[in-house]
Amino acid sequence: MKKNLSFRIKFILTVSFIFIIYFLLLIANNFASDYVILILNLMAINIIFAVSLTFINGITGIFSLGHVGFIAIGAYVSSLLTLSPAQKEMSFLIKPLIYPLNSIQMPFLPAIIIAGVIAAAFGYLVSAPSLRLIGDYLAIATLGLGEVVRIIANNTWSITNGALGLKDIPQYTNLWWTWGVALITIVFIASLINSSYGRALKAVREDPIAAKVMGINVFSHQVVTFVIGSFFAGVGGALWAHLITTIDPKSFMFSRTFEILIMVVIGGLGSISGAVIGASLYTVALEFLRILEEPISIGPIYIPGIPGMRMVVLSLALIIIMLFWRRGIMGRNEITWDNIYKIFLKIRKKEDSIT
Amino acid sequence: MSIQIFFQHLMNAISLGGIYSLIAIGYTMVYGILNLINFAHGDIFTYSMYFAFYAVTLFLFPWWAAFIFSLFATAMLGALIERVAYRPLRKANAPKISGLITAIGISFFLQNFAIVVFGGRAKSFNPQIGVYPKQFAQVITIRNIRIPLLTFIIIGASIVSLLLLVWIVYRTKSGMAMRAVSKDIMAAKLMGINTDRTISQTFMLGSALAAVGGILWAMKYPQIYPYTGMIPGLKAFIAAVVGGIGSIPGAMLGGFILGLSEIMIVAFLPGLAGYRDAFAYIILIIILLVKPNGILGVEIGEKV
Repeated sequence: MKKNLSFRIKFILTVSFIFIIYFLLLIANNFASDYVILILNLMAINIIFAVSLTFINGITGIFSLGHVGFIAIGAYVSSLLTLSPAQKEMSFLIKPLIYPLNSIQMPFLPAIIIAGVIAAAFGYLVSAPSLRLIGDYLAIATLGLGEVVRIIANNTWSITNGALGLKDIPQYTNLWWTWGVALITIVFIASLINSSYGRALKAVREDPIAAKVMGINVFSHQVVTFVIGSFFAGVGGALWAHLITTIDPKSFMFSRTFEILIMVVIGGLGSISGAVIGASLYTVALEFLRILEEPISIGPIYIPGIPGMRMVVLSLALIIIMLFWRRGIMGRNEITWDNIYKIFLKIRKKEDSIT
Repeated sequence: MSIQIFFQHLMNAISLGGIYSLIAIGYTMVYGILNLINFAHGDIFTYSMYFAFYAVTLFLFPWWAAFIFSLFATAMLGALIERVAYRPLRKANAPKISGLITAIGISFFLQNFAIVVFGGRAKSFNPQIGVYPKQFAQVITIRNIRIPLLTFIIIGASIVSLLLLVWIVYRTKSGMAMRAVSKDIMAAKLMGINTDRTISQTFMLGSALAAVGGILWAMKYPQIYPYTGMIPGLKAFIAAVVGGIGSIPGAMLGGFILGLSEIMIVAFLPGLAGYRDAFAYIILIIILLVKPNGILGVEIGEKV
């Protein structure tokens, strides 16, 4: 029996899989409650964030903690581009918006693409100085960059409206946008990883010096990773802004990078399918853990709700995963059609031996 | 700017720098010994304030007893974190990145735990409720320069604790063990040093210094909330990196550089006041680009 599936079968499977997702989304879009739709949207956006972060942290091994900075840039850029001039005039009370931005309004698609491109450009600008650093120094420098973005957003009143933030951002984001972009992100990054370029990236992760000796330009590979990762983070941030409809600098605290890191680590650092699973689990768990914060009464016993409890549980989960289950759910493995087929074969073999 | 105002700013800068130095030393010691950024250090700093606050308001300790209590409790917290989270990782020979993620997790946990236990609302750390004597808030006038007594207390307390630390690290037996372990953990073990105990002591010492810093910080900025320690913690880490991580004099120097630049930039260019939290990162990136190992750091070549 053949161990691997042929390309044609894989292609058909992938296309049908996408159709199944499309069909499920269609059902969700028409029958699910607003709450469920919101969760599904957040799930897809978190998948975009987690996949782009795992591409930087897990695949190429650049431990970057500045992801939220790119998300913030994407969110601000696309919001500023899609808000109507009248709305901008109304919300910029303290200082008016600077010239070209105050008179343009564009549709959603170009806005999110520009948001991604500007986030990527920022990623390119900061990558040159920060990638000269290694390990912990890089982590702390990128963390600082994320914070700098937030501080700038908090203070440049004539561009970002400072601490007041932006309100009434048009709610363009829906399930088609979020899941569509999530699929594009996954397919793009997964095919990049499976190319020879991706293998070079993994070589850089395993041992930068050995990779250099093998003729890989470590620096340029890292820069490209950084730029692609920040592009998708920017696009995700744009989608997020158009889902929540209000943003201010406080929504881009460092703790968001933490959260994305938790998703990535739960799934397994270095696996795209792991990032997808981690992001989905995290989003759903966050909602289920709301029970912890609501008052519960079991018979005569009344337990008042404790706000903040679910974050305690989640951070404990992160620590426990790191201590006892360092690989996360997927480790560095990926779910592919071949792997599923192998499992299927194994099960059938077992059944054969039983009968 | 008149000389008086400059002098006031200078005193302010030195007191802020002193606090940064105290926290930075905790970072630098842990990094020196374990090669691990103890992200939770900023939160340990926050907890020290809560310990002092509750000792006074809930257990009705006199202020000095509350401060000593806070010192011990914080040291214990540091040792507990090391025991529960970092030691198992070390025993399992986990990759470096796991340590960093665990540290981030602990920091996240401590922050959220503080929200659950102490509440999200800010607590006021002021002499009105007896957290420290009212006399500390007096303003002293020397030749038309008005400086609060608190500034002198902060500078004095920082200097005393820094001297004490230097004495412990360079003059006592356990200090010698700490230095040995940070040089080479395997060799230290072979020489019969109980490395686990030494690492534990390092955490305690670093956390106690953070507690001194925390109490002084709370006196200077009398508000405590679960995220208080985040920004000073990060800045102190930056101070440690700027000075050369792993080096105690470096951490002190870095703390003072950061305190001075922060206060002086805002004093001379008040338009930039909103950006004050960003200076530290800019200084960090400049220093790392010019001298990747920090000002007093030693260049360590990459082994292949």
